[in-house]
Amino acid sequence: MNLKPTLSSRGHTWFDALAGQACSLDTGLPSVRVADGELNREITRFIAVVPDPNNRFARARSGEVGVDEGWQLALQVRRAITADRDCRRRSIIAIVDISSQAYGSNEELLGIHLACAAAADAFASARLAGHPVIAFLVGKAMSGAFLAHGYQANRIIALDSPEVLVQAMSKESAARVTRLSVSDLEQLGRQIVPMAYDIESFARLGLLRTIIRHIDADRPTSHDVARVRGELTDAIGDARASAANLSSRLASEEARQTRAASIEVRRRLAEQWDAA
Amino acid sequence: MEVLRYKYPAKRHVTHRAHVGVVGSGDLEVLFEPSTDQDAHVLVTTSVDGFATIWKNVLDRFFGRYDYVASIEINDFGATPGTVMLRLEQAAEASQA
Amino acid sequence: MMIRQSFIEMNARERAAALLDPASFRELLGPFERIKSPWLPLQGIVAQADDGVVLGRGLIDGRSAFVASIEGAFQGGSMGEVSGAKIAAALELARRDCERGRPILPLLLFETGGVRLQEANLGLAAIAEIHAGIIAVREFVPVVGVVAGVVGCFGGMSLAAALCTRLIVTRQARLAMNGPEVIEQEAGIGELDAADRALIWKLMGGEQRYATGFADDLVDDDAAAIATAVRWAVAMGVEAEPRSRQISQYMARLAAIDAQHPPTPVALRRLWQTDPVA
Repeated sequence: MNLKPTLSSRGHTWFDALAGQACSLDTGLPSVRVADGELNREITRFIAVVPDPNNRFARARSGEVGVDEGWQLALQVRRAITADRDCRRRSIIAIVDISSQAYGSNEELLGIHLACAAAADAFASARLAGHPVIAFLVGKAMSGAFLAHGYQANRIIALDSPEVLVQAMSKESAARVTRLSVSDLEQLGRQIVPMAYDIESFARLGLLRTIIRHIDADRPTSHDVARVRGELTDAIGDARASAANLSSRLASEEARQTRAASIEVRRRLAEQWDAA
Repeated sequence: MEVLRYKYPAKRHVTHRAHVGVVGSGDLEVLFEPSTDQDAHVLVTTSVDGFATIWKNVLDRFFGRYDYVASIEINDFGATPGTVMLRLEQAAEASQA
Repeated sequence: MMIRQSFIEMNARERAAALLDPASFRELLGPFERIKSPWLPLQGIVAQADDGVVLGRGLIDGRSAFVASIEGAFQGGSMGEVSGAKIAAALELARRDCERGRPILPLLLFETGGVRLQEANLGLAAIAEIHAGIIAVREFVPVVGVVAGVVGCFGGMSLAAALCTRLIVTRQARLAMNGPEVIEQEAGIGELDAADRALIWKLMGGEQRYATGFADDLVDDDAAAIATAVRWAVAMGVEAEPRSRQISQYMARLAAIDAQHPPTPVALRRLWQTDPVA
């Protein structure tokens, strides 16, 4: 993967900026950074997946979610759940800057699908246990890696930046699988909003709570960080006041437009579910 | 992708609706229901353009044998005329079962 | 003597009916509802009237159940907005009913390449909602999954399979996060030759997955045998620590792997062989 150095460390940048003085926990895995910092004077666990050029798995050195990362994410989230069982549930912020899941035959052999499922399970379980889980998109949020790290959040917020991209598959792989050219796919993305990669298009699907604009994504100022902390705090408050499921994703005005079929399916299924 | 519509005079009553097939490569699905008026109506959505005449030929033959007052919806992914006829017959028979 | 009836040769609707108690299958949101993909016709792709997922309620050994059966022949069983929503919505209603004291057993028949790329982000979002749905209902009732083939279970839906309380596979099945074509595209043909069928089944085939503990039962391609396996899986009940929560066990197993000299598929079976489940 050829990532510009500044892109590949956005996860680091924002983890350091948000976790502040808090000590990183020693996960034993440099690609997963965890720290218990604070937001709005409440304990908050920040988690990021970052590049590690020395990752023991060669296919997971550029910030991908691989087998080790999936299980480590699951572990760190579950420890927060266990620790807070009898007290106020801390917020969990998934800082998302992940190019993809790790692609490799060893990864498949060793069960990357289960490692990623374990991470998704942990985040969802935290949400269901009353922890506000917020996904903060600062770079790529791709495919299975996003399913594992971020997509089970109560709320998703994102920076307004051309490098913040959400998609199911890289353009090259998508082109191969669909037997279209990359430029064909890009053209389709301009006409068909779910096929686009950019954050504005993703916002039109109603899945995003906030796009934070006019922030330097690579070199945030203290003012930028303060604004982000404010947005995260608002998202946390929103999450604490709402149901622990994902129903909010279908409640927005955008969702009523672009996910009308998703809403209709639920409405009509509920009607038919109990019929004799 | 092409959408084609056909209408046929018909007499036989459709007992109940039926569905057969899958929109897979070389296959089609048929939704077969009682028509809301006295004619049979066919709506074809097909992935292959330019075969309107062939569709008409197949439907002419179908309604020649099975003149059901049916509303038929076909979603086709490149099936041969033989496969189309087979699915239509399966649907007609299932609707009388 | 029972005549073997191929499950793989059945379409999604036939599979759904075959696994529920005889004559108990009642389809929901069927083709005549015509809730189709809003996105495929915009791209000149013919939509299927049920968007490739058959949903139905019925009974499993007399107990209330629903089945979501993915049609692998339509767009590779890929998850679009509607097909994904059908599965997620059914899981959500099952959870609601469980909370109201009316448990419903979810049965998921995976025949899917993952996200439907023509609906991309809506497919991905729906898959996240499926994950959420499985996790939310799994504490009340066992969620049983079946991967039979020929398509297998890939992409974000492989995570859904991994979240199931119990997973039943055939030898013809494949289960992996990334399909061979995608691995070859992303990592190069040296990493994986997508045309090497034997290697693909060695890595991700049903027998390998069962032998290394990623599936709970390996069954012949026979509708009756799979139906029996489903009943066994249901009878085993809820799992306190499903596979996706066995963190310390899997981290220990992985710690023992030398990433510079990873085990062959056969060697992994010896390392990770689980006891045959009663």
